[in-house]
Parts: sequence; C-alpha cells; structure tokens
Amino acid sequence: MIQHLLDGILVGSILSMGAIGLTMVMHMLRFANFSHAELLSIGAYAALVFDGLFSAILPALATSIGPLSLTWALFLSIFIAMGLTGLSAVLIDMLVFKRIRENGHELSMVFASFGMALIVRNLISLGFGLKTRLYTEDIVFAVRLSDDPLILVKPDQVFVLICALFFMAVLHFVLSRTTFGYTLRAVAENPTLAQVTGIRLSTVIVITWIIGGALAAAAGVFYGLNNQINPVIGRDLVLPIFAATIVGGIGSIYGAVLGGFIVGIAANMALVILPSGYSPAVPFLIILAVLLVRPNGLFGEERT
Amino acid sequence: MIGVISYLIFFVTVASILSIAVLGLNLQWGNTGLFNGGVAAFIGAGAYGLVILGGTAQPDHLGGYGLFYPLALLGGMIVAGILAWLVGILTMRLRHDYLAIATFGVAVAFENFMRNSDKISGGAKGIRGFERPFEAFIGDPFYFSIGFFIFAMTMLVLVYIFLEKLIRSPFGRLLRAIREDETAAQSLGKNPGSIRLKAFVAGSMIMGLAGGLYATFYAFISPQDILPTLTFQIWAMLIVGGAGNNKGAIAGAFLIWGVWTLSGWGLSRFAPLEAQLYAGTIQYILIGVIIVGMLLWRPQGLFPEKLVVSQTGDRAQS
Amino acid sequence: MLDIVLKTENIVAGYVKGLPILHNISVSLPRASISVIIGPNGAGKSTLIKAIAGIVPVSSGNIFCGNKCITGMRPDQMGGVGIAYVPQTDNIFRTLTIGQNLDLVLRHAGVEAVERRQVLFEQFPPLSDKRNEKAGALSGGQRQMLAVAMALAVKPEIIMMDEPSAGLSPKAAGEVLQLVRDLADGGASILLVEQNVNQALQFADHCYILAEGQHQIDGKANDLINDPVIGQIYIGGKRMGAA
Repeated sequence: MIQHLLDGILVGSILSMGAIGLTMVMHMLRFANFSHAELLSIGAYAALVFDGLFSAILPALATSIGPLSLTWALFLSIFIAMGLTGLSAVLIDMLVFKRIRENGHELSMVFASFGMALIVRNLISLGFGLKTRLYTEDIVFAVRLSDDPLILVKPDQVFVLICALFFMAVLHFVLSRTTFGYTLRAVAENPTLAQVTGIRLSTVIVITWIIGGALAAAAGVFYGLNNQINPVIGRDLVLPIFAATIVGGIGSIYGAVLGGFIVGIAANMALVILPSGYSPAVPFLIILAVLLVRPNGLFGEERT
Repeated sequence: MIGVISYLIFFVTVASILSIAVLGLNLQWGNTGLFNGGVAAFIGAGAYGLVILGGTAQPDHLGGYGLFYPLALLGGMIVAGILAWLVGILTMRLRHDYLAIATFGVAVAFENFMRNSDKISGGAKGIRGFERPFEAFIGDPFYFSIGFFIFAMTMLVLVYIFLEKLIRSPFGRLLRAIREDETAAQSLGKNPGSIRLKAFVAGSMIMGLAGGLYATFYAFISPQDILPTLTFQIWAMLIVGGAGNNKGAIAGAFLIWGVWTLSGWGLSRFAPLEAQLYAGTIQYILIGVIIVGMLLWRPQGLFPEKLVVSQTGDRAQS
Repeated sequence: MLDIVLKTENIVAGYVKGLPILHNISVSLPRASISVIIGPNGAGKSTLIKAIAGIVPVSSGNIFCGNKCITGMRPDQMGGVGIAYVPQTDNIFRTLTIGQNLDLVLRHAGVEAVERRQVLFEQFPPLSDKRNEKAGALSGGQRQMLAVAMALAVKPEIIMMDEPSAGLSPKAAGEVLQLVRDLADGGASILLVEQNVNQALQFADHCYILAEGQHQIDGKANDLINDPVIGQIYIGGKRMGAA
C-alpha cells in the first residue's frame, strides 16, 4: 500500500512534467497534441547518446554520483537533452503544425499530431533499435525503509523526485514572480488581448514549445532511469499525460502538476485491487471519471 | 492464375471491409466534424461482439451462443453503438479535443481489456474457430472466398447507398450545418449535441459492422487485430480519399490498403534481412508521412468533397 | 487646420476573406480630442477599431498614424507607434493580479516601471487598494478602470476604446466617460465606439455615424445632437446615400 503510494508519487512527478508542456500547448494552440509524449522519447534517447559520448571522451565523468546509479555524464546529458528536445519541438512546429495552423485547418492539427507521433516513434525505432536500453547496467540496490510493511526506495528515485520538484519550483517562480511568466500566463488566458498589450504571439509560442519540450525531456530521462528506455515510451505515456491535463483542467499549469500526481498515484494504487495487466487502462478510467464529475477539471475554466 | 485471382479476391475483400470502416469515419469526421481517435475500438467491439454472440461454445470464456449470423452481426454493431454512446454522451458538449482524447482512451482501454480478460475475450490469444456461415455447405475454400467477396462487396454498396441517402436527407444537411457553424444551427432551435451524438453512434456502428465482417473473414479475432495503429490506417485512408466524399473515402481505402500490402511485400522481398525486422516500423513511418504530407500539401484529399454549400455567413461582432 | 493623428482611407475589412464588413471607411482623428463612432448594432463599429488595431485584416485602403502607414501591422506593434486599444470585454487578464496586469504592460519600461506603476495607482486609488487581488474579482467599473490604466501605462498618443461604458452602472459609466474627457484634455487623442448616442454626442468633439458597414454621416458632435437624420438611421436603418 505505502509502497504503491511512493511509486505513484514518483510516477506522478514524471507525468506532471510531461503534462505541463502539453497543457500549455493545448491551451494556446487549441489542439490535443498526441505527439507530445514522443518528446519524452526524444529526450530519453538524446540523453542516452550524450551520456555515451561524454563517458567516452572523459571517462572520469562516467563515475556514479554518490549512492546513485546516475553518472556525472548522464547528469550533464539531461540538460543537453532538455535543450535539444525543446529545439525539436520548435522544429516540428515550424515544419508541420505552424503551417497547418496558418492554413486555417485547426482541427486537422490533431490528425497531424498523430502522424508526427507515428513518424517520430518509428524513426527512433529505426535509429536505436526496438530493444530495450538502460542508462547503466549496474544494479543499484534499493534501500529498505521498513520491513513491515516492506518499503523499498532506490536512491535514484529520490533524486528524480527532488529534480522534478526543483524544475516545477523554478517554473512556479518564473510564472508567479517575473514579467516573463506573466506574459506566458497572459497568452494562455487570452491570446488576442495579449497581442494588444504588445506581446508577439509567435515568440511566445516558440518559448512555450521550448519549455514544454525541455520538461518533457527531463521527464523522459527520469522515466528511463526508473524503468527502461524503449521506443514506445511515448505510446505508453501519452494517455496518462493526457489524463493529467484533463484532471487538472486544460490550460492550467498548476492543474497539470496536481493532475500528474493524482494520475500517478491513482494508477499505482489501482494495482492494489487490479491485476497489473490492466494498468494501461487506468488513465482512461480517470478521464471518464473526471468528465462525469467535473468536465473542466480541477482548475480549468469552461470554454468552447 | 488461380493464385493471382485468389489474391485479388483476398485484396478486394479486405479493402471492402476497410472501406466500410472508412465510410463510418467519414460520417463522423467528414460530414459532422467529429474526431474519433479510437476507430480500432469500435471495429473491435463489432468483431468481438459478433464472435462472442455468433460463435460456437468455447470452454474457458464467455460466448458461443451460436446466434443466427445476421443477428450476431447486428449484435456486434449494437455493442459498438453502445460503446460510442457512452463516450459520446460524456464528451459531445465539450471541446473537440476532449472527444479526441476520450476516444483514443477507449481504444487503449478496449484493447487492454480484451488482452487481459481471459474469461470474456480469450485474452491475448483471442477467440478462434468462428464457424463462418455457409462455409461447410460450400466446402471448397476458393468458392467460399468468392462468396464472401460478393457478400462484403454487397455490404459495402449497401452502406454506401445508406450514407448517400442519409447525407442528402434533412438530417444530413443538419450535420453539415453543425459542422460549418454550430451557433447558427443552435439558433435554428436544433440541439447540436444530440444530433452529433446520433452521427457519432451511427458512424461507430458502421465501424462495428466492418469489425464483424473482418472477424468473419478471418474466423478469428485477437487484441493484435485492434491495435491503435489500425485507427491511423483508417484515418490515412480517409485523409487521402478526401473527407466528406464517400466515393473518395472508398478510393482512399483501396489506395492505402494497396500501398500497405505492396510496401509489406516489397520490404519482405527486397529489403536486406536485417531490415526485415523493421518492416512494420518502416510501414508506420510511411503511414505517418502520408497523413502529415496530405494535411500539409493537399488537405482536401485526392478526391475532394464536391458540394460545399457552406455559407460562412456574416460574423460581424459589433 | 486640424492636426490629424490617425486616419483611415477607404478601408475595406472583415473577418473572413471575401466577406467585408467595412466598405470604404474613411475617418480621421484630430489631436487632443474625442471622436466617437456610433451606429446601430451590426454597423461595424467595433470592426473598424479592430481593423485599425490590426486584429481584423484590412483587404484594401490604408491606415495612417501621423505620416506613417500602419496598414497590416500586427496588433503587438501598435504600442510602438503610440496606439493603445481597449477592447469592450475580456480587456484584462483575469488570472493575473492587478499589480501583475500592470507589470505586464510595463515590462519594457525598465527602471521607469516602478515609478509609472506608482503614478497609475495614484491616479486610480481603487486599483491600488486591490493590487494583490486577482483581476477577475474586480467589479465591472473597476475592470474598465484597470483596462484603461493598462492602456495608459505605455503612454500612448492615441487611445481607442470599444464601448468603455457598456454594462456599467450609470455612476460608473459617468466616471469612465469623465476619465476619457480628462485624458483628451490632457493631450491624448481618443477614438471611441459608443452605444449610447445621446451620452456620446454630449461629451465627444467629433462624431462618425456608421450603418451597414458604411460611413453615413459625420460632423461636430454639437451639430449632430439635434439632427433628425440620426434618428432615421437608428430607427429605419436607412442608407443615407453618398456620405
């Protein structure tokens, strides 16, 4: 029970980071982006590449940090992956979404996002192979927090949670304390008025993709660190991340954070009563429950 | 020679079944503007519905009621319709992306449920041994395949005629009106939510019919047949054909099914051995590129909708 | 000779291509004065100022700000030529606090920002009291006040307002219109859309009447107050022939 709760919190922090970017884009550009979860894959694989590169160039970096399995090389790679994934998101927007948007086919963007998801996911399969990869082959033993009930926590998991909370805290600071953050919130609330107050929409859209992509990349690396890396990370996480945005209310960044934790915890707690094979369906049940009880989510506003 | 004919019959039969599903999607997306991200689930509902209702008794799981075939087929359609109604009622009044997410979720959950609930669906190994009507009577598999080919074509023609009549009826005009301008339709005293729900359920039942035919054809259904990628294939067919146009939808289905089988054959024949493992991967990239490419360069499809009676109206806000 | 700060020359504009709402509209706005656009519902009044503000695309004709042609400029570039626009509804960011709304518009003011914020708070004491509250919680009159304050923050020469008194109590409406008058007396040039004809004619300097997307008549506000023609436009929606 408590073990499930702890695991849920951890998964939740990863989902939250994925959901933040998704909710911003969905709100600003008015489409459900089914390719967002592929950004997690891009991030996870980008970190894998640079981890290998750094370790090869500077073997000193290939040593683990303290009790973690994480090496300095991978730690550095996280930030590079965040940057590269942000740029990939901007590139995809420029090549595909922006052009469809400008042609005035708003609804087609959902189709296009599915198409992009297929392309990205399968290109990754082609480039890196279908088999599962790991950042490290070393086995890191979990720390026993208690024997009865048995509660195990890996040092990596603590690191992931702390990092995720740190990124969210930074984002919170930016949104609540800086005029740059107000700009993002203003565009999210009312793009036309934002333009009237002198905000250039296209710039903010680019920045949103970068932030969303960077957070997704971090989420992807953390997911890979906790589980494993494979080309279907995006396919497996797209529904839980959507569930997180719907729970929180589309457009609400804080809702996405809370929604991520709720979905993560609920999906893990559900394993107490359900066989584990059913866990991919749990996010859908959560979506249904939210649509029944509170269609606009916890923090969402009614809109058409 | 007989091999070529058998293959052609196989090809056209499957293409006809897929065409029916594309027609169902066209009613939802092309005529009503409803996004369905879970086509695979509705096809699956029809397929599993048919096999469970009309199949012979199986030892370990639900079904085997041996229902009269047309009733079983209808039963599968009704299962698909109920599923669509449940999703639709929750999402019809919300923004379109909720419907996209919810339907996508249905497909994931449906596939997951069928894979895990051994008692109901036979789990991952699916349900085998569906007794196809007249198969024993006809005996020769070749003649049976010709018979089934005629049956599938007939069903396709019937669905096509039904939809053509439907979109020319007052109800069909209403669907277009809602797609073009929801507020205007609303001001005419129509309830767009309930009309869209009807279109969504009807489209999904047509997909259910396609699923039933699919399961009949293969005499077998498993979760492997209803993966979310099936949804993308059906979409690619509609997008290539041109949303809104039923003839285009059928042409798109044949074209994409052709591209799919041809690329599969080409890869297995000419690709180096180590690439064989990635044949599916390459095919999915192809489908993705077709979807995105069409949307970028030819969003109206290869065979665009002919009558566009959309009066955009004066949207002055003074 | 009047000093014209803003003028449109025969502009045609509309939301959808091929469906213009405005037909050959020419208006000009003299410095330090209030010009008001009136007309029946659906006349295209709001569309006209949205077209000037760059929100509604202009398909032909030109817009000049002083001597500079600003046709086709994006809405976010308008501040750069000294034009501010206050929409009729949704003219503040409800999820930001009042202080954050002002900080947002002052984000490029650099070191001056603090000082200018203070000046605005002194000018609008009710906003100062609620500076840490969400703007969505403000009353209608206070929202309008905040919207005007946000427009003023960038020190515009020209302010366009879309029915600033709509939906307000008579008292709040009077205050807002008085504020507009004060701004004009202080040297700002103001283009206003108004629904309330009598009120508009009483405090404006110049008046344009629009109906069916066309310019019908214009003149000094004082001259138009008793003109029977206005009644006809409102009651019958008649066209007045050549403008």
